[in-house]
Amino acid sequence: MPHGRLLRVISLAGATIIWEIAASVVNDPLFLPRFTEVIQTFYHVVASGDLLRDLFESLMHFGIGLGLGIVIAIPIGMMMGWSRTADNIIDPLVELVRPIPPIAWIPFAIIWLHLTHYAAGFIVFMGAVFPILINTYAGFRDTPQILIDSGKVLGCVRSRDLIKKIALPYALPSIATGVRIAMGVGWMCVVAAELFGVSNHGLGYKVWWYKDIHQMDGVLTYMLILGIVSLTIDRVFRYITDERLLKWKTGLVRNK
Amino acid sequence: MLKINNLSKKYDDLLVLDNINLEIADSEFICLLGPSGCGKTTLLRIVAGLEEATTGRITLNNQSITGPNTCIGMVFQDYALFPWRNILDNAIFGLEMKGVDKETARNKARKYLRLLGLERFEKSHPHELSGGMKQRVAILRALLIKPEVLLMDEPFGALDAQTRNQLQIELLKIWNKDKKTVLFVTHSVDEAAYLADRVIILSKRPGRIKETIEINLPRPRDRTSMEVNKIRSRVLKTLGAEQEAQA
Ligand SMILES: Nc1ncnc2c1ncn2[C@@H]1O[C@H](COP(=O)(O)OP(=O)(O)O)[C@@H](O)[C@H]1O
Ligand SMILES: [Mg+2]
Repeated sequence: MPHGRLLRVISLAGATIIWEIAASVVNDPLFLPRFTEVIQTFYHVVASGDLLRDLFESLMHFGIGLGLGIVIAIPIGMMMGWSRTADNIIDPLVELVRPIPPIAWIPFAIIWLHLTHYAAGFIVFMGAVFPILINTYAGFRDTPQILIDSGKVLGCVRSRDLIKKIALPYALPSIATGVRIAMGVGWMCVVAAELFGVSNHGLGYKVWWYKDIHQMDGVLTYMLILGIVSLTIDRVFRYITDERLLKWKTGLVRNK
Repeated sequence: MLKINNLSKKYDDLLVLDNINLEIADSEFICLLGPSGCGKTTLLRIVAGLEEATTGRITLNNQSITGPNTCIGMVFQDYALFPWRNILDNAIFGLEMKGVDKETARNKARKYLRLLGLERFEKSHPHELSGGMKQRVAILRALLIKPEVLLMDEPFGALDAQTRNQLQIELLKIWNKDKKTVLFVTHSVDEAAYLADRVIILSKRPGRIKETIEINLPRPRDRTSMEVNKIRSRVLKTLGAEQEAQA
């Protein structure tokens, strides 16, 4: 095992041991459940099939919000980055709505969409849409003039072609960064969105549910699951984008 | 025949080019020199249709140039290759835009990449290549769509002396073969004396045509010969006077 990885394993194992010792000293499962209890609860939620159901519903809320965010933010960001006029029209609206914390939309989500999965998805959407929009916009706006010019002299003249062949590929790494940030924010919104009772399942919902029945080992189990799922999604996304899509960009950075 | 008639260019109140008149015969190789900031790039961009002239007009075979046109190709100093495309797909960009089938275009480009000794790099991205290689690809990319005129804006300015000489030789080979009209901006007097049929020297801004020097020497030229040296001194003298006036 390489030295660095060994240290990482030791660090994790050490933290777990300290946790276990601390919990046995405190000896109050409500204040701090033991690691071994959490593992047992984890085993239980996996075996009972609860986890799969919760995971499915949370991913659904996440997927609705993120998907909608991508579909709406990318075209708008493209327009704003490409056309000064579109920028002037849309930017003030964006700057008005963007600073509002997504969670503050919960009352309207309930009024507009009732207690449905869409309401939860809407909260995730409010968290996801702006990071994607801003990064798409920046990528388009920063397309070097020289690349546009060299496209033009090679017969790529219409706006449609310039966007498709030059601005979009140039902006893709930036868009991917936006989506990645949006996934982080969106996942946090999932927990908040499942708090107000859109369904009886979901990773976020279960955090609150276990708290209400004073089972803090369940709370901690679902907290850890939330972290692990988020980490996995991020890693998979990075693997796909870094390895395939953005090889040229990492090359540029490295060569600087 | 490329004709530039009474061409002037202003950016707001800044007069950059002042009444340029120039007739370039088919297959002529023109080098354009002048102090930095005198409007050489601007002139090329106007000819390429990337920029509008304030007054005057440009015609290619009696057709006015009003916008970018595949009859006129351009090569930039910093290559302007598309960093997300590999070398082969950079080369075929123009063909692709013309609607040529991708595989057909690729096969065509491969043939030339082989001639340039770049076939091993067809899957590489621009950042993996040296400056000389990148400029070879950029020139190939411009030539693959067979423009009548090739504009080159200090294409070898960022290269080391040896690579630069090598690329000059290769460029002349290509030019000998299909005799394009070339309008080539350079800072190097040596380069102009080695390449051009005619050297045009612009004054400091606002750029006006200060002097025209014909070079009737056969190619390939001996860079150190008496005749080439004579040309060089003449160009240097005119340029020197301009630089002094600027200082
Ligand atoms: N888009 C522009 N807007 C305003 N001024 C410009 C623009 N492009 C070039 N200029 C000015 O025009 C002058 C000539 O520039 P350029 O053609 O690049 O000179 P050269 O290539 O001979 O060094 C410079 O003073 C430059 O600052
Ligand atoms: Mg210039």
